[in-house]
Amino acid sequence: MGELIDYQLRVNGRERDVAEAWLGESLLYVLRERLGLPGSKNACEQGECGSCSVLMDGKLVCSCMVLAASAVGSDIVTVEGLGDGDDGLSDIQAAFVAEGGVQCGFCTPGFVVSVHDLLEHNPDPTELEVREAVSGNLCRCTGYGRILAAVKAAQETRRG
Amino acid sequence: MSTVLDKLRGRLGQSAPRPDGVPKVRGQFAFSSDMFAEGMLWGHMLRSPHPAAAIRSIDVSQALLIPGVRAVITSDDVPGRKTYGLDYPDQPVFAWDVVRFMGEPVAAVAADHPDTARRAAAAIVVDYAPTEPMTDPAAAVDAAPIHPLGNVLHRQWVRCGDPEAVGAVVVEGRYETAMQDQAQMGPESGLAIPGEDGGVDLYIATQWLHIDQEQMAACLALPLEKVRLHLAGVGGAFGAREDLSMQVQICMLALRTGRPVKMVYSREESFLGHVHRHPAVMWYRHHADRDGRLVKVEARIILDGGAYLSTSTAVTMNASCMAPGPYLVHNAVVEAVAVRTNNPPCGAMRGFGSVQACFAHEAQMDKLAAALGMDPVELRLRNVLKQGDSLITGQVLRGTAPVADVIRTCAAAPLPTGGPQTAAELELPGGAGRTAERTRVRRGVGFAVSVKNLMYGGGFDDYSSARCRLEDGVATITCAAVEVGQGFVTLAQQIAREVLGVADVILAPPGTADIGSAGSTSASRQTWMSGGAVQKACFAVRERLFSCTATKYGVSAETLAILDGRVVSLDGQIDIPVFEAAGGEVLEETVEFHHEPTAELDQNGQGDAFVSFAFAAHRAVVDVDLDLGLVRVVDITTSQDVGRVLNPVQLVGQLEGGIAQGVGLAVMEEIVLDHGRVRNPSFTDYVIPTALDMPPVHIAALIEEPEPGSPMGAKGAGEPPMISSVAAVVAAIRNATGLELPRAPVRPQDIALAGASRGPTLASSPNNVEVSQ
Repeated sequence: MGELIDYQLRVNGRERDVAEAWLGESLLYVLRERLGLPGSKNACEQGECGSCSVLMDGKLVCSCMVLAASAVGSDIVTVEGLGDGDDGLSDIQAAFVAEGGVQCGFCTPGFVVSVHDLLEHNPDPTELEVREAVSGNLCRCTGYGRILAAVKAAQETRRG
Repeated sequence: MSTVLDKLRGRLGQSAPRPDGVPKVRGQFAFSSDMFAEGMLWGHMLRSPHPAAAIRSIDVSQALLIPGVRAVITSDDVPGRKTYGLDYPDQPVFAWDVVRFMGEPVAAVAADHPDTARRAAAAIVVDYAPTEPMTDPAAAVDAAPIHPLGNVLHRQWVRCGDPEAVGAVVVEGRYETAMQDQAQMGPESGLAIPGEDGGVDLYIATQWLHIDQEQMAACLALPLEKVRLHLAGVGGAFGAREDLSMQVQICMLALRTGRPVKMVYSREESFLGHVHRHPAVMWYRHHADRDGRLVKVEARIILDGGAYLSTSTAVTMNASCMAPGPYLVHNAVVEAVAVRTNNPPCGAMRGFGSVQACFAHEAQMDKLAAALGMDPVELRLRNVLKQGDSLITGQVLRGTAPVADVIRTCAAAPLPTGGPQTAAELELPGGAGRTAERTRVRRGVGFAVSVKNLMYGGGFDDYSSARCRLEDGVATITCAAVEVGQGFVTLAQQIAREVLGVADVILAPPGTADIGSAGSTSASRQTWMSGGAVQKACFAVRERLFSCTATKYGVSAETLAILDGRVVSLDGQIDIPVFEAAGGEVLEETVEFHHEPTAELDQNGQGDAFVSFAFAAHRAVVDVDLDLGLVRVVDITTSQDVGRVLNPVQLVGQLEGGIAQGVGLAVMEEIVLDHGRVRNPSFTDYVIPTALDMPPVHIAALIEEPEPGSPMGAKGAGEPPMISSVAAVVAAIRNATGLELPRAPVRPQDIALAGASRGPTLASSPNNVEVSQ
């Protein structure tokens, strides 16, 4: 296994200890298997599907493509860190539920993180901009129709 | 998000929200790959790099020396039957003596860390003597057998009427569809925990818990009750989880080490480790009279079954029986053969034999329309099946068959406005590559219709089991039906709310220890079968509820009804909440629901083999870059025969999702094989539609004619969207290019190179609907 190392990661606003970890572990693996945060998903583990999307210092990344030890000092936000409101859901999460944007749900956390990032940077995107922004997130169940409806609904709620 | 509102929205026919929706958006829903147990080990499979080879020896000694490795197992360690299979156990748990496809499991490892397990698998030395793989299914029919059971997996003839019948107009063609992958987002994964009784508990993503249990018990040499399966969260399935994947191997590792073992396939391993859609080669000849009425259909269909049987028998049955499509034809000669090769095993995928046949029969209908100078939609309408008509199997259509309605409504929907001249750059073929020259982009329109048999037939006693327990006004439903994303969990709650008038419905976790089989989540069957079982169990509980109330109040149970959560009598004298009516008693009923019996097909493919059929029509609009051969699907419009709408949002999700997989097979999805080797086992090289590739889907009509025999009048809706959407998209590309394009997916070179060799005259005008022969 080579050298095992100890380090800290800042995830969803909390400092988390990672102990005796192999240096080669991805951020996705460490989140899921060492920090008890399995919300980020392992659909391809080569940066093609977006299921493992997290925000790293405010930037959308595929956590499977980030070496965990290289994320030391960064602010990491996972799907588990996005909820708010009375029911613990963000407006985007609530819209995915209400509009039927969830089927099997495996891609859902990645989409939720990705859409948070989109609306953060572009609060009122056109449908084509939404399609382009989420084209790095693969979904096999929905054909994207209800996901796009969820984004539109969240957008409209924010617009007020 | 109001819970009261959700409950009010929760009845049948309404868009009730999914009970697993909130945990799924929060990342808190436990998929099979999220399982964790104290002290668990990680399993990893070693797979054959060769499509065909003899195994001279396997040396695991180096792997066992690696620190952290706890077990290495091979075929020698399989305690029971060394093979498994859904229809017949012809597939080895681990290959011995020979490997028959690239990716066949040869050994497995358990270790402390997943990377240690991977390294240990790589340290196993297998001495292979590669042999020439048999990869041509047509040649395999008569070639030397590559398995003791021979190369012909199943042959199905369907003969009816006069084989010598001749029509005034004859069209023929040879068509091909490629090997498609289900590409479900959740990779195969599971967690096996050894039990104190010598048995094992397996948390697994599958499509049918009880059929896994049966196959595993035989291989593990354990009694059924010691092999306990629990459904873990399923990240999509689409047929990929019908066969066993790792079930036997991780249980062997857990039993060997005495520790929990988790295994998660990588995406590459997922591509290699589950069955695919059968590639097909199909020769068709249609005879018609001058008015366009079908006289005879002849077809020969060869399906590449790959190395092992899987569900090839049933796929062959579907392809042969559905060979003419949803049209009336009195004379037919159809032969479908599934063949064993050294290609990856093929089995179930959404559409299951009908996708392949539909691609060919719809291309034939377009050819026939062109030969007759007739409108393709009109030709189809002239031949549609109607209630009371016979299929080529002799089975009379007793259920609803609104084929003409799906065709008419779909064809009448308005076409999208605009065109390639005005589209945004990103919406042109080639998209973000910005390669399109607008003057060389042509628009085309294509139309296709399909038929799909629903549920298991052919004499199989298909059933589902369910239990309903009513306690303190709360209903608990126990059913082993697998939720793969389709929304059965929502439907089960809707049914219980509808029948029992309660707001709170708990779904017990599905497992083999708690309830009998629910059958497979496939063949568009769970709404009818497990929905039927849940409904029957709820009715049985309601009957007891009424009987309690009737006794207590001295009235007849027939005078009672449930209204808004209250048991009421028709004369208004009784009006009490459901929880009170039960009088503190716990009411529980367990039932089985069977569909009408079906028959095996005879040697001429005759017999009442099917329960019900669903029909769909699709119209596709495409823009094609004639020079680069790139296609953009602009719009899909559909009408579908659904029996009855039980949850509008979920139904739309099935239509849109199925169409996406159809668009994928039409223009981009194909497992590329080179002498039996899979060349593209990744999402980099096996591309599926993204949000930019998917066009808007317009639903022209959902035809609601309640199906007799269906417990709620609904027909399964999952498969039809995938079937004719493929044929419609390719028809649209033919329309845009004037090319024959007999193969799906249509690759850029199929368009660009054909165009280059035949010159610029090929480009037809956007309004030219003629289809070349």
